[in-house]
Amino acid sequence: MSGAAAGTVPTAASRGRGRRRGLRWTRVVIYALLFLFTVFYLLPVYVVVADSFKTLREVNTTSIWQPPAGIDFSAWQSALTPPLIGSGGIGKGLLNSVVMTVPAVVISSVWGSINGYLLTKWRFRGADLLFAFLLFGMFIPYQAILIPLVQFLQKLNLYGTLPGLALTHIVYGIPITTLIFRNYYSAIPTELVEAANVDGAGVIGAYVRVILPLSIPGFVVVGIWQFTSIWNEFLFGVTLTNDPNVQPVTVALQNLAGSFAALYNVQMAGAIITAIPTVLAFVFLGRYFIRGLLAGSLKG
Amino acid sequence: MRGPRRLTILLLAPAALVSLVFVYLFIAWTFYASLTSWNSIRPLNGILPDFPVVGFANYQTLFATARFWPNDVFNTAVFTVTFIVASVAIGLLLAILLDQRIHGEVLFRNIFLLPMALSFVVTGTIWAWIFNPNTGINQLLDPLGINAIREGLLAFGPLKPLWDLLDFLRIDILRPGLTTDSRSALGAVVVAATWQMSGFVMAMFLAGLRGVPEELREAARVDGASERQIYTAVLIPQLRPVLVSVIVILGYISLKIFDLVFVMTRGGPGTATDFPSIYLFVSAFQSQLWGLAAAIAIVMLVVSAVVVIPYMWSQLRSEAQP
Repeated sequence: MSGAAAGTVPTAASRGRGRRRGLRWTRVVIYALLFLFTVFYLLPVYVVVADSFKTLREVNTTSIWQPPAGIDFSAWQSALTPPLIGSGGIGKGLLNSVVMTVPAVVISSVWGSINGYLLTKWRFRGADLLFAFLLFGMFIPYQAILIPLVQFLQKLNLYGTLPGLALTHIVYGIPITTLIFRNYYSAIPTELVEAANVDGAGVIGAYVRVILPLSIPGFVVVGIWQFTSIWNEFLFGVTLTNDPNVQPVTVALQNLAGSFAALYNVQMAGAIITAIPTVLAFVFLGRYFIRGLLAGSLKG
Repeated sequence: MRGPRRLTILLLAPAALVSLVFVYLFIAWTFYASLTSWNSIRPLNGILPDFPVVGFANYQTLFATARFWPNDVFNTAVFTVTFIVASVAIGLLLAILLDQRIHGEVLFRNIFLLPMALSFVVTGTIWAWIFNPNTGINQLLDPLGINAIREGLLAFGPLKPLWDLLDFLRIDILRPGLTTDSRSALGAVVVAATWQMSGFVMAMFLAGLRGVPEELREAARVDGASERQIYTAVLIPQLRPVLVSVIVILGYISLKIFDLVFVMTRGGPGTATDFPSIYLFVSAFQSQLWGLAAAIAIVMLVVSAVVVIPYMWSQLRSEAQP
């Protein structure tokens, strides 16, 4: 396992220069193909941005491909807090998602870090078996645990609450956070921990004094991964809540599509608002985002 | 180091306990529920479903229901295969293109990866409008004369067997009805899913290509291999482990696909894009057929396990012997 470092994709700059004249046409074809795919990937982005600025009148008279006549924020406003009371809106869902996601990300990351540290630096007989035991939860379709989860949360009076959702995301986040941190700590020399131990630091002392200060990049990778997955999650959100007041933003967006079936400007504005936090994370911390993606595939 | 060992195990115990309950016992619970006649709205008393055990009756019902068998199984198979083939083809092509000392490589890479940051719910919301026959892609293509070409192609006699096949597979996205036509609706979902995931495949393959030692390429060049031969004979065979990872991950995603379909088509028109996950959702949370839903869940789990467990096993094994 090449671990968390596997995500750094080196550029090809160092490679030898191409030769031969025929290559020029090949270059044209390569760039043409890349631009073609760029259009495929960006067309939906254009649609969602352009249409979110349209007025109600434009929605009724133009196709989704036409650029808006001007920048109008009324669709954004309607998506957040619709003019008709009781017709939903994603403003509340946005808040719910923040309240649910932040503690879930923090707790599942710290928990995974502790597990990864213990599994790599304090190896004991059966450590690999325990890791496999924990990892399995990452590979099941969540439908297989959904029905007892509903019953369980109902028994604890956590069904339909944000703490219940956060708890769910923490529990099912453990496999991936443990996996990424285990890979990450494998690359840190065990001698560091041993040296601290000679100084009498102990299991917890060595973690706090030696490992934690070295863990910042690991926490960024895991944090972004968890943030993106929890923010974007839908299945738990739609099945573990039934009250719009506690629904996460993805569920609210889906409900918006139901209540504003004809108004594509409002739906597009809702889609943008839902996507903004994770897109910002991707834009500013994309390197770490890619590392998480690759680490999530075990080998990286 | 007896003391530290005890402490280590004590500190790992919560994670182990939580996994035991929330993963393993919950799966066992689901399996037990699938064997009971718990198909009513009455709340449960106690910890296990207090309904009579009826053996595999729910499974028999499931496989006797046309919506599940053959319909949902057929849709899952078609979706899984077409989604994986499309994502791998596009992802590999993009990785090879970006491996050619491209100006603006980072920009291209980020554009192709951007959809990965989105929720399937966002993707579904956008693509539902693009594939809306009245406002979407049809309106874009009409002025370009492409709709006429499309009609010509669909009417072109010699190609009829191809269209029949694509119609049958429900992926004939040339049909102007798009998400409202059962011959094309599944194809629309495949396109949206591919848009979201192919960038991830590209990133995996690109990391794989960059991981191949430069000496291998050089050796092939010295032997007189052309650039194309270097890829087909040297580099792509090296990508095999990455390919296996990609197929398993995409397969795992498609076997449980829910949110994207739920948002785009809700399984319709009719049951043309229905999947086990949607059937389960409706059975459990709308029809209160909990036993039946549990049976669907177990079938989904078994199918995923067939794909994933050998992979997980081989990964852990290969790690054990570096």
